[in-house]
Amino acid sequence: MYGRKVKLRFFFVFLIIVTLSLTVFLILKSLEENVIYFKSPSEVKVLSEKQQKKIRIGGMVKTDSISIVNKELSFVITDFKSEINVVYSGLIPNLFEEGKGVVAEGFLKDENFFSATKILAKHDENYMPPEVKAALEEK
Amino acid sequence: MFKHFEPNKIFSITSKAPRYVLYLLVIVLTIGLIESLLLSPEDYLQSHTVRIMYVHVPAAWLALGIFSSITFLSITGYIFKLKNFFLIAKSLAPSGFIFNIIALVTGSIWGKPTWGTWWAWDARITSMLILALFYLMFLMAWRIYDKKEQVFKITSIITVLGIINVPIIKYSVDWWNTLHQPASINILSKSTIHSSMLVPLLIMTAAFALFSLLIFLMKYNTELIKIKNKGLDRL
Repeated sequence: MYGRKVKLRFFFVFLIIVTLSLTVFLILKSLEENVIYFKSPSEVKVLSEKQQKKIRIGGMVKTDSISIVNKELSFVITDFKSEINVVYSGLIPNLFEEGKGVVAEGFLKDENFFSATKILAKHDENYMPPEVKAALEEK
Repeated sequence: MFKHFEPNKIFSITSKAPRYVLYLLVIVLTIGLIESLLLSPEDYLQSHTVRIMYVHVPAAWLALGIFSSITFLSITGYIFKLKNFFLIAKSLAPSGFIFNIIALVTGSIWGKPTWGTWWAWDARITSMLILALFYLMFLMAWRIYDKKEQVFKITSIITVLGIINVPIIKYSVDWWNTLHQPASINILSKSTIHSSMLVPLLIMTAAFALFSLLIFLMKYNTELIKIKNKGLDRL
């Protein structure tokens, strides 16, 4: 069928791909801390030492938790296991809403208190017309 | 089959086909644009901003698909010593690169009104940027190296290195926390996009694929003309 050289080249390419995939896998595995864009409130709670550097926390904006006092916005990020209080003043994205995803960037003051310097909205993968959404909610 | 292919026969196809592909592209793109910009409904959450998706998602799909194709062509070309495959890969790459850039730019334009930022160093966006760099390396290699044997080897290495990034792009949103949302369209499970939005998306994908085909045929035609001018009947 195929010549010896062809088979050799096939295994050569195969070996290169396997080796490189494994290498990349190990690198990404060990760098996981830096690859993830944000931590969940539960992950932040178990951080052993208080972090001084800027971190990002992501989760859902807890329903009925948004309040604005003296131009300062405060709300609660939840992952339905633990919660963190966030204070922020500045621009908020259009999709920032109660019950929707959010990523807050800033500094952790203590276990339950986070001072954000930037708020990003995270939306989910569901796309539908408003009528369909209304029909779904009626059910 | 490929070893004894006649450039003249293929040339007769590649020199005539682009015109018909162009006609088809104009028709499909017109339908796609009307469907996606006028007829499709707005999203319950993002309202009209969602229309960026009809350019962003097909562009990203094609960038990934074309890179996978040029890797496949380069590897089989290397294993079986088929020079023609490298020329097909070379002709495919530019449109893939263009779509990669379009995906990044439209993603940025979409990110500002929805997420609240032009750019985020999350896994999906960063890996997509890396893919664009691999495309750039691939295209530059063809410009820098003159010797065919040399450029075949170098572009093969670039594609083999780059292909590892492709599954990372695909699954980045599932493996890690990212700002980018997970995939809405799944082959195995139910898609989370309403059918009235899925249809325009698929039409736009067909239009973009036709554009890639058109650019490919024109580029490949040029390659064949170069071979003919050198007076070679066979590759």
